[in-house]
Amino acid sequence: MPTISVDKTELYKALGKDYSRDEFDELCFEFGIELDEDTTGREEPAQLKIEIPANRYDMLCFEGIALNLNVFLGRQAMPTYTLKPPPGGALETVTVSPATAAVRPYFSCAILRGVQFTPARYASFIALQDKLHANLARQRSLVAIGTHDLDTLQGPFSYEALPPDQIRFAPLNQTRAMTATEMMGFYEKDKHLARYLPIIRDSPVYPVIYDANRTVLSLPPIINGNHSKLTLATTNIFIDITATDKTKLEIVTHILVAMFSQYCADPFTIEPVRILSPHNTESRTSPDLTPRTTHASAAYINSITGLSLPRTTITTLLKKMCYHATPSPTSPDTLDVAIPITRADVLHEADIMEDAAIAYGFNKLPRAFPATKAAAAAALPINKLADIVRLESAMAGWAEVMPLTLCSLDENYQWLNKSPPSSSEQQKPIRLQNPKTAEYQIVRTSLLPGLLKTLRENKHHAVPMRIFEVGDVAFQDARLERRSRNERHFAAAWYGKQAGFEMVHGLLDRVMMMLRVGFVARGGEGKGEGGEGYWIEEVEDATYLAGHAAAIYLQLAGRKAQKIGTFGILHPSVLKAFELPFPASTLELNVEVFL
Amino acid sequence: MPGTRGPVPVPVQNGDGDLTLQILQAVNEHDIVKSADTFPNTSQTVIKAALDRLASRSMIEYDTKDSEEVRLTDEGQQIVAEGSHEYKVWDAVRQAGRLSLKDPVLATAAAKAGQGKAFKNKWVKKDGDALVPLTDAVTDTTRDDLQYVADHRAVRRADDLKELRKRTLVTTLKVIAYEARKGPKWALEIPVEVTDLTADMLADGSWEKATFKPYNFKALGEQSPGTGALHPLNKVREEFRKIFFNLGFTEMPTGRFVDTGFWNFDALFVPQQHPARDLQDTFYVSDPAEAGPPGPDPEADAALAAMEEEDRDEESSNQPLTAPPTRTLDYAQYYQNVRSVHQDGAFGSIGYRYPYTDAETRRLVLRTHTTAVSTYCLHRLAAHPRPCKYFSIDRVFRNETVDATHLAEFHQVEGVIADYALTLGGLQGFLRRFFKKMGLVGLKFKPAYNPYTEPSMEVFAWHQGLGKLVEIGNSGMFRPEMLLAMGLPEDLRVYGFGLSLERPTMIKYGIDNIRELLGHKVDLGFIERNAAVRLDKA
Repeated sequence: MPTISVDKTELYKALGKDYSRDEFDELCFEFGIELDEDTTGREEPAQLKIEIPANRYDMLCFEGIALNLNVFLGRQAMPTYTLKPPPGGALETVTVSPATAAVRPYFSCAILRGVQFTPARYASFIALQDKLHANLARQRSLVAIGTHDLDTLQGPFSYEALPPDQIRFAPLNQTRAMTATEMMGFYEKDKHLARYLPIIRDSPVYPVIYDANRTVLSLPPIINGNHSKLTLATTNIFIDITATDKTKLEIVTHILVAMFSQYCADPFTIEPVRILSPHNTESRTSPDLTPRTTHASAAYINSITGLSLPRTTITTLLKKMCYHATPSPTSPDTLDVAIPITRADVLHEADIMEDAAIAYGFNKLPRAFPATKAAAAAALPINKLADIVRLESAMAGWAEVMPLTLCSLDENYQWLNKSPPSSSEQQKPIRLQNPKTAEYQIVRTSLLPGLLKTLRENKHHAVPMRIFEVGDVAFQDARLERRSRNERHFAAAWYGKQAGFEMVHGLLDRVMMMLRVGFVARGGEGKGEGGEGYWIEEVEDATYLAGHAAAIYLQLAGRKAQKIGTFGILHPSVLKAFELPFPASTLELNVEVFL
Repeated sequence: MPGTRGPVPVPVQNGDGDLTLQILQAVNEHDIVKSADTFPNTSQTVIKAALDRLASRSMIEYDTKDSEEVRLTDEGQQIVAEGSHEYKVWDAVRQAGRLSLKDPVLATAAAKAGQGKAFKNKWVKKDGDALVPLTDAVTDTTRDDLQYVADHRAVRRADDLKELRKRTLVTTLKVIAYEARKGPKWALEIPVEVTDLTADMLADGSWEKATFKPYNFKALGEQSPGTGALHPLNKVREEFRKIFFNLGFTEMPTGRFVDTGFWNFDALFVPQQHPARDLQDTFYVSDPAEAGPPGPDPEADAALAAMEEEDRDEESSNQPLTAPPTRTLDYAQYYQNVRSVHQDGAFGSIGYRYPYTDAETRRLVLRTHTTAVSTYCLHRLAAHPRPCKYFSIDRVFRNETVDATHLAEFHQVEGVIADYALTLGGLQGFLRRFFKKMGLVGLKFKPAYNPYTEPSMEVFAWHQGLGKLVEIGNSGMFRPEMLLAMGLPEDLRVYGFGLSLERPTMIKYGIDNIRELLGHKVDLGFIERNAAVRLDKA
């Protein structure tokens, strides 16, 4: 969630009240924003750091926070934003070249006339663009904004896409003109701009905006030209917005003009611009300030809030949330709702319903325990089974541990003297694409690495240590939609002055007894006659010391006998890999076979 | 440490065995025995140990007397043996008749101090450069006073103490002495004691006459051998599960760490450009490369069916009359519905209106929340829409930079309630009861944003220790865009709520580093000693 810093004194002045911390906290709580920090005493002037819900793009600046809270408090009506053509009536025009379709197809713009900047307003204007770029615009990849001193420029304008070597201008805060290709090198190390370069770098054409004199306004989404740079003295602002996402283009346009048109000579008016973009049928007059109209049902709102409010009361509530709602003259239950351009977050009647509930007060709603009759209180079978193994292991004197499920490839294989299965085999591990650390390369396929790491981190503990885990490992499985499956395993480790082979063996016997699986002495898989049970056989397994490893076999009624796990004395090289000076024995088996 | 647990060992063989016997004899002879008189040379701790041994068996009783004793310093003792410094000066002068001031006898520091005192006492006087005696006989009161101290461990006149201490002839000493007398079980000998009741004693009846060695009630007992332990986090998990079962919830099948972009995000109406889907936040899977199209998960379906079977009779009687007929789930249609509600808007929503990418839905991720599983279960409900309550507690993954409060994996506790005509206040009422079972009261709800719930409410409870409201969970009603795309009826509403398992556990146990609670760095001793979980107890 974005956090917005606003001047405390200025905000309280705008809200017409010098709030105490508790009072302001309460207001934020009711509205649904959060006062994160008050820097009073640590910073001059004191700042309030306010957390804004991620979909409230209309609250990403001081102006938006003040506006929404004032409307919520009933101190101000939601302004009506209107288009005001220039006195002569002739609109500025921007022609969009079809070539832009290849790189950044959508364009929007607007003009703010007679703006009175102060240092605070200017800073807020810049900061809002940064916030929109970072959040909604996904680091400028979807939308990029350029703002210019219109008085330095000469219309008509054009939005084009040209090979980078043909674009040449002095970028913002630079005096030297350079080509767009040169700029890519020039800004490669720039800690602010470098991250945006890849958005267009490899495109054969770069998007660029020119005025009538071929002065470059912007090279979106990288940088503006220095020529039309905005200053505190700027009064007429030309805003260009380019995008790869049409919806977000409109949202950004709306937010910018709605937040800053209040400083225009004629407040809340915006000068429209004619956009000529016939190749993609996007020719229009921009911006479109028409509120979106929709309907909401009073019965629906009442039904979810548990209230029985008349429509007029609901319209009053909605007014506090910036809507203009009126009871429909044609339908007894319907409200005609106009959604202002600032409220791009409103997608469905449900959003209007929620706003009505917020305006009413979440904490004033009638609370009652719902009388839902569904009552299948049931535990997931695998968890029920796992709990039996967990409880029996603990009762047998072993301590439960909970290591992580993500681990490195080496921990899972090489350190256990195994190698990752080749492509033809089953049991392939799930590999992560983008871990931040080499500790997390795969999802474990064995519980042993976690147990052994736990022992390693607990060397200060008296020996012997007896630990166990019942948890999920995961494997690839090409047959399934998710191409992978979890498998519930049980594993235990004994660590002490002696290896404790018979200790893990005894734990196996105990758990089997509790699962009502009897021990049968048998020669080998499939051999011997009928009868359920488990047996063990010596096995060669590089994880274990030769001659001290056993495979565990299980035969359940009506099923084929299968190998379900192994146990043994860990090979000294495994102990060394996990930095364990004492011997250890481990046990691991698949629990799901008992389901 | 041996001896700190269990009964006190009987000291029959060790050196002070004699002392206990001597004490018994002394008490037998004198009725009241003062340790300072009878055993003046035995240290107080040794005496006390012997007395305790006898008193614990009620053979004797004793009182403790604190007193202050005056003792001679080495110099004081020398004076008692040889006479005071002034006496020695006078004696030397008397024997010599006339003693030069330069005589070596008068050169010592003690002799110099003695001269002053001898002048003052008018025992000697100066005659030119020599001393001459003034009297033939003197009374050495200093020595007499010190002799009194040696005899009585006290000064003759209280006023003298300060002067004698100043002259470093005596010191004072705090002394603890004991007065012993016969106790209720008086005997002259310590009886043979047994440490424990044994089978043999029961068999031969000897327990009746046996004297049991007294138990040390101030020490800890013996640790149970081979004590096992459950992990603290799983203990808290178990309490949560009990609360859910108590409230009639069915546990969801969460056995898939890997999920698809579709189930984890798209189906939840999380737009494809949402920051949560960034590489910075979500673990993507590189191998296997791509998911299959959305479809039924037979393993999950089987588990759900098995659990529903447990309550089938009851459930059928609870079916609302308005329940639509059971229908077959059409996953291809579901996918198309999700696509259109994102890209074009549908089900009364204008949608996000962006170009929807099929490839995004096929990307495999480590699930970022168990809500992916809830989504699957809710879609399954569309085959037979009805009220139901589901929960899960399992591991989820976030590509976080690890620090004291963040791990790349943690556990999510999640509940879902589907029913007709649910209200927002009903969710508040439910959560009030849910959290009350964990001892959390005074709930307040704050409007919040979540892509898949509307309304969304953060849940706060009053924290007595911190003296403020703390966030304890998230909740909301799933969006129509999510539910209607599944094919659920319009009037079936669904609550969702969730919290992490780690956070309340950390608050409960005052743990401020999550790595001390989950993962291989957790201290085994902490696991072994962690108390039972009683969420309803403060």
